[in-house]
Amino acid sequence: MWTDFLILMKQEMAVIAMIFILLFMKLGRDRSNESFMNTMNVLLLLNLILGFVFNHEGILFNEMFRTSRLIAFEKNILNLAMLIISLQSYSWLKTNKHVPEFYILMLSSLLGMFFMISSGNLLMFYLGLEMSTIPLAAAANFDLTKRRSSEGAMKLIFSSAFSSACLLFGISMLYGTTGTLVFSELPHLINNNPLQLFAFILIIAGFAFKISVVPFHLWTADVYEGAPVAVTSFLSVVSKGAVLFAFVSVLYTVFSPLAKVWYNMLFILSLLTIITGNLFAIRQENFKRFLAFSSIAQVGFILVGISRSSDISTTSVIYFVLIYVFSNLAAFGVVSLVTAVTGKENISDYKGFYKTNPGLSWVLTIALFSLAGVPPTAGFFGKFFLLIAGAGKGNYVLISIAAVNIVISLYYYLRVVKAIFMDANPTPLPSIRTPLMPKLAFIVCVAGAVTIGVVSPVYDYIYSLIVLR
Amino acid sequence: MKERVRLMNYQQYLLPVLLLPLACFLLLGLFGKKHLKNASGVIGTASMFAVTIISVLVAGRYFFADGKVDGVYQHLIAYKYNWLAFSPTLSIDMGAIVDPISMMMIVVVSFISLMVHIFSLGYMKGEERFTTYYAYLSLFTFSMLGLVLSSNIFQMYIFWELVGVSSFLLIGFYYNKPSAVVASKKAFMVTRFADFGFLIGILVLSFYGGTLDFNALIQRLTAPQSGEFVSITTASFLGISMLTWGLCLVFVGGAGKSAMFPLHIWLPDAMEGPTPVSALIHAATMVVAGVYLVARLFPVFAIDVPALQIVTWVGAISALVAAIIACTQTDIKRVLAYSTMSQIGYMMFALGISRYGGENGLGYTASLFHLFTHAFFKSLLFLGAGVIIHFVHSNDLKDMGGLRKLMPVTHIAFLVACLAIAGVPPFAGFFSKEEILTASFHSNKIIYAIALFTAVLTAFYMFRLYFSIFWRKEATVHGTHNADGTASMKIPLIVLMICSVGAGLVPITKMVTSDGVPLETHMDVLFSLVPIVLVLFAIFFAARMYKKENGSAGKMAVAFGSFYKAATKKFYVDEIYLFITRKVIFNLIGRPAAWIDRNIIDAFVNGVAATTARISGLIKGLQSGKVQTYALYFFSGIAGLAVLFIYLWK
Repeated sequence: MWTDFLILMKQEMAVIAMIFILLFMKLGRDRSNESFMNTMNVLLLLNLILGFVFNHEGILFNEMFRTSRLIAFEKNILNLAMLIISLQSYSWLKTNKHVPEFYILMLSSLLGMFFMISSGNLLMFYLGLEMSTIPLAAAANFDLTKRRSSEGAMKLIFSSAFSSACLLFGISMLYGTTGTLVFSELPHLINNNPLQLFAFILIIAGFAFKISVVPFHLWTADVYEGAPVAVTSFLSVVSKGAVLFAFVSVLYTVFSPLAKVWYNMLFILSLLTIITGNLFAIRQENFKRFLAFSSIAQVGFILVGISRSSDISTTSVIYFVLIYVFSNLAAFGVVSLVTAVTGKENISDYKGFYKTNPGLSWVLTIALFSLAGVPPTAGFFGKFFLLIAGAGKGNYVLISIAAVNIVISLYYYLRVVKAIFMDANPTPLPSIRTPLMPKLAFIVCVAGAVTIGVVSPVYDYIYSLIVLR
Repeated sequence: MKERVRLMNYQQYLLPVLLLPLACFLLLGLFGKKHLKNASGVIGTASMFAVTIISVLVAGRYFFADGKVDGVYQHLIAYKYNWLAFSPTLSIDMGAIVDPISMMMIVVVSFISLMVHIFSLGYMKGEERFTTYYAYLSLFTFSMLGLVLSSNIFQMYIFWELVGVSSFLLIGFYYNKPSAVVASKKAFMVTRFADFGFLIGILVLSFYGGTLDFNALIQRLTAPQSGEFVSITTASFLGISMLTWGLCLVFVGGAGKSAMFPLHIWLPDAMEGPTPVSALIHAATMVVAGVYLVARLFPVFAIDVPALQIVTWVGAISALVAAIIACTQTDIKRVLAYSTMSQIGYMMFALGISRYGGENGLGYTASLFHLFTHAFFKSLLFLGAGVIIHFVHSNDLKDMGGLRKLMPVTHIAFLVACLAIAGVPPFAGFFSKEEILTASFHSNKIIYAIALFTAVLTAFYMFRLYFSIFWRKEATVHGTHNADGTASMKIPLIVLMICSVGAGLVPITKMVTSDGVPLETHMDVLFSLVPIVLVLFAIFFAARMYKKENGSAGKMAVAFGSFYKAATKKFYVDEIYLFITRKVIFNLIGRPAAWIDRNIIDAFVNGVAATTARISGLIKGLQSGKVQTYALYFFSGIAGLAVLFIYLWK
């Protein structure tokens, strides 16, 4: 029987193994940063490959933990993102004194996310969520000499403590009214009574905090700006992706009796999120802040897709997260490299970037086009599918406003592209040599952002996983 | 069995038509700059030449050999791949549709593109980004051909956006020129804004139709008994049926791309791109995509009269307004841009007044006929303008004059094109315009009056242009040989000139009709006489005013006073947009957002810096307030949702 649980939890086991390997390496003789990073990149790659084989369906520990091919695929998207981030942070980590610690923090957080996605019980879910957040707060403080970094970390830990408290409050109320926390039992016991509704709202708020839905988003910009770029990209892609996966499954299974309520709620929240995200993104000068607000708007679009429960919605959300991994990480990767080499973070610094760094400019442009949803990049398809998933009788207002906002978002993404290609600058950023590791990451990201949309088997594959379920 | 053989053949031909330009784009885009610097133009042109030959062959086979079954042109699907099974009921196919309009369009697009490719060999010679230019041209041609061949509305939307992207790239080709950059951005934003209408329209139609496939969609939404038809016509929003909503939203997309009033503001600015590009994209091909879109969905439009009314009036107003503005512009390319808009307006309202089938479908046929002939003479006008600008180094009419002796080829070509667009027999424009006038006369007299007046204005401003460029004064530069440009610039002019004379004789009315049944048209000499006489009078009038330098043009301007001034200012449309965006949107939405941003977000960041400095101690500084503010917002969010969903919105 113990083999069962080894196979079902193999992705978690792999992450735990990596953490232990790191600890032992750290305890042993002094090693260079390169050796740590190379080992980790190879291990992460192996981990990614491992994730695609021997995937079984199963339930462990009285439904505390469950897995399926869909869940394994979701974890693999996170594995992929983790690998890309690791490759991209090469330039930044090269000179850092605490490489193993960085990886341990990231992997612990990843482990927490895996448990969260796999949870079949709200308690387990809460545990996973906390386990993923606390290491991130430490990681956000990783630029030990920078005040902004510590400030961001403090804000993250305080606000997430607050949101966890609310979440826990909600969970306990739910327990109080139903007497169970198991996902498979809850739907039968949930009805429209006000106490449960309030519990539901508290739980939603906990989710909304993690994926930065307005008005629970206020921490986002400060933390994104303060944290090192690698952590920021982890927060904006991996953390968000994981919570979205969990959100979809909790919403569609546990809270399916409240479908009418959360449809209206998502309607309001998604509009607030898209509009606020866009309006603030227009004004930002700091590149990381800009990406923070633009990613808030992106989440708003995802909520539009989620708002109608169906197989198509789930598929579109997972598909969009996959695309988002490629496009957002490509953008963050360029910013990370530029920040690591030159220390510049403002959009205006990127004026004339094309003159000195044509390759990086194209990577950034493709990433931004994909985020903006311009064909033939994958983002176009992702957004379109989200809109189709969200479209239905009577919600043309939502879809129309979302569509208008796609155009608005195009405006501010184009503003950056314009700065890169067209604006004259007497002192452009110096020409930056891209080391091998980030280069690999860029190739993967760009290839993903360009092809995922056109290559339909990807979507079909996700859809088949969901229908199988 | 025979059927299958035929379809397979189409695939064999149509795939290269799409793939050659794409391959060419990838080749030039990826390797061109380093390895193919000088050969890129030739490579692009050669591939385009092959594409044109294949297109003409395919179209020829379709129209004259096997497109017709029992006297009716068929809608064939050359190939179809199930690209993505979106859900069990809704799958997206990538295919190519073979029917009269798509076949006509591939000929037009590939032919004009070939001409522009050849012309650019001379015109863009010595340009630093020569290779990039040809790569973009290939990309555009690929997207445009993909657009017209799309068998699926989503597929069309992809190519629709791609055309927009390549147009954006080409308008901003001279990216060192600030005005070009602004123009490219404006064009992209305005058309993208219109496309959101298209997108919602697609969502509405596909939601009710349950399919994205053109043929299936048309079939379901035009059969009065089908469940889809009943549901889309009975559902309504704000008292208007969903069918009308869907079609109008789709039309918004078309109007944006086709520069219809009031979404036309991007077109005149788009003239910042290289002139051959204007000829290809902003005169002959991309801008007629809107007309093509309406024509593609025409059977559905035809059963929904309100939507057609909108098409009609938007088209007619655009035709008229653009013609009036064109009379006052002094930039040669802008005159041509407005005339394009006006002519497309012509095509639009011709579609709008048409109905489905038989004699009632005359407007449809006439519209596409005009699209066909217009492509030739308008691209000729633009290429001619290109030669002139190349020689004079200015776009302004006042820098020109008396050029007829210096550039005889261009002069003749331009004259032919002007006669064609003015609708003087036997040039191409006469036949198509005649059809449109006939169709409008039989359906709506007011539209007929507008059409007639626009035709007269067209003749007037085109000849104003012609006389100002080639006559008016004696040329100041003498003895420059080669003012006509290189051979590669002359050849397209001559070929297009022949087309502008002959295109009217192509029996489009027998080939492209709303229901596929060839239409018998007959010319009524008495009916034609009125427009011809009026047009000739307008030309004569233009000659009086502009052939020699005298004050009569100025006197005219004075006589029309404020109206003339308003027209010069393009009726202040740009200003209205600026007013709305700057004053209304900025004040009502932007300012408050900025206020929140400044007083909450920015003030917070600054506040943190200031407080930290003052109290010296980060933790203290943080505790002094703002994370609590975040918590406050968080909690008010919960409270708001709770109140809303527990008490108010049950």
